[in-house]
Amino acid sequence: MTSEHKVLHGIGVCAGTASGPVAFVAEAPGVDEAEPKCTDVDAAVAKLDEARDAVVAQLKARAEKATDEKSKGVLGATAQMAADKGLYKNIVKRLKAGDGMTHAVAGAASDYAAKLAKLGGYFAERVTDVNEVRDRLIAQLRGLPAPGVPDITTPVIVVARDLAPAETATLHPGAVLGIITQEGGPTSHTAILAAQLGIPCAVKTKGALDAIAPDDTVALDGGVGEVIVSPTDDEVSQLKDRAERRARALAGSSGQGATRDGHRVALLANIGTVDDALNAAKFDLEGSGLFRSEFLFLGRDEAPTVEEQTETYTKVLNAFGKDRHVVVRTLDAGADKPLKFANQEHEDNPALGVRGLRLGMRRVDLLDTQLQALANAYQATGGDLWVMAPMVSTVDEAEWFATKARSYGLPKVGVMVEVPAAAIRSAQILSVVDFCSIGTNDLSQYTMAADRLNGELANLLTPWQPAVLHMIKAACDGGAATGKHVGVCGEAGGDPLMALVLAGLGVQSLSMAPTKVNAVRAALRLHDFSTCQQMAAYALDVRTAEDARKAVIALADPMLLDLL
Amino acid sequence: MITRTAVIGASVGLHARPAALFAQAVDDKGIDVTMTFNGEEADASSALEIMTLGVKSGDTVTISTDDDSAADAMDDLAQMLTRDLDAE
Repeated sequence: MTSEHKVLHGIGVCAGTASGPVAFVAEAPGVDEAEPKCTDVDAAVAKLDEARDAVVAQLKARAEKATDEKSKGVLGATAQMAADKGLYKNIVKRLKAGDGMTHAVAGAASDYAAKLAKLGGYFAERVTDVNEVRDRLIAQLRGLPAPGVPDITTPVIVVARDLAPAETATLHPGAVLGIITQEGGPTSHTAILAAQLGIPCAVKTKGALDAIAPDDTVALDGGVGEVIVSPTDDEVSQLKDRAERRARALAGSSGQGATRDGHRVALLANIGTVDDALNAAKFDLEGSGLFRSEFLFLGRDEAPTVEEQTETYTKVLNAFGKDRHVVVRTLDAGADKPLKFANQEHEDNPALGVRGLRLGMRRVDLLDTQLQALANAYQATGGDLWVMAPMVSTVDEAEWFATKARSYGLPKVGVMVEVPAAAIRSAQILSVVDFCSIGTNDLSQYTMAADRLNGELANLLTPWQPAVLHMIKAACDGGAATGKHVGVCGEAGGDPLMALVLAGLGVQSLSMAPTKVNAVRAALRLHDFSTCQQMAAYALDVRTAEDARKAVIALADPMLLDLL
Repeated sequence: MITRTAVIGASVGLHARPAALFAQAVDDKGIDVTMTFNGEEADASSALEIMTLGVKSGDTVTISTDDDSAADAMDDLAQMLTRDLDAE
């Protein structure tokens, strides 16, 4: 039985169209509040045995299917945990005490979860596994689908409330035509992943879970964020048309980024791992405007050695070759991304806390090791390496970092502009460094005082907010005054329409998910630089974010609309 | 009752993998073994129980069994604890 025709509106975070059957990411079922107490222990134990065996088999089967070693390991360990004797004994003890089946499972799991959480560190990390086993056992006992991403065998459009990082890791890009989430926002993990893989995606799609049923077909336009439940044949072919027009608009988009009259705007990739680098380097783009170095540090017991870091940076520089520059951002960690070896204090507001360069100034050993490794990689490859520090708020901080980094022989040293303080004092800051890169996600967050992880505040966090554009302009004006390079590495640069405004404001490079480069390149090529400047002037001058976007669309070449 | 003590060789202590490997070995031996650390007791055939003891690298634990014929098995198990199970 399929649902009635309905059109839903979400936020489009990765352009592209798709239509096909859906696959739901099932939620954890929770205890059955209505279940009876246990009166027949033998029968309950028999049911438990059956459920446990089924869950162990489920997890083992998924471990077999996993294609990468890490997932295999994780799924295998979870399978073992589902068979754990201690857990089993605890559940049986509770059944004997009269607890209903799902209550017994939840209670036993929470005993272990609490003890592990108390131990902290490595031990506390296993709490997610305990909870996953609990959720799977309860789902099995209640006859509900196993939680998480289902086993996908044919191409589907995945539908979820939201996707956790662990769940996105199990998605096979080849089988996923599109992603729809009911919650989340443009900078949520789902959005970033979809953009990286080039999968059409709409987030914050109100009503998705109610309107869509398991047997439905849906059509998705990830550019405008439109979802059609049970689309008509006409709608499906309209969508195909849109996809074809988009492909035509993108055809022939190649080479250096520039406006129609030759004003250069370099097009670069945002990367987070060595694999990302190897992948991005294959694309037709000019380098990387943001290499996030955190992956080397997070989830580790000890800081990565200079040797390990040197090897990583060397690989990345080699991937892009001598002709394409790579901007490495030094460690950007804070209390929300804790490092075991950094002994950070708990913070109530980690976004406003000791993070980024502030941590680097307190743990100079970590920064020194990283800069040494970067210098080693630079020496080894002769690559065009730029190094920048995150979360810089003052000229003193910028100068401290620049002096230190240059003392290692690093040729090009800069800072992120993500704190409003840095944007409005950009000229002073740029006078002591070689370049800056605007982190639009965080800059929006701090300028609008809105938590970027809060989907509720998405309308405040859009870069189209005039206040945010004025902040970006302030940063660019500093670049103009000093002759230093100003780039953008936030995802705003990946929106073809916004890219034109940024170019008009004076941004000289845009770094984004590699799959977005083509559309941005095509958009730039359709317009003269003076048009971009005019778009910027209009966008700065209007009252609301919606007005800004409309004003820019009104000035844009009609072909641009096919790219959105 | 047979008792053995061992200094933990696993570089990350008895968490996840080392605990799972040891619990499996206890299960394979087919004897009931209790692990004691810091005054707490755990069923050594349960990786979760072992993990909740919070044993770190270099800590000393005691394993014991009521099965008086299991001396050799207990020797093997004690020896296993001193290895770096995380690296295996």
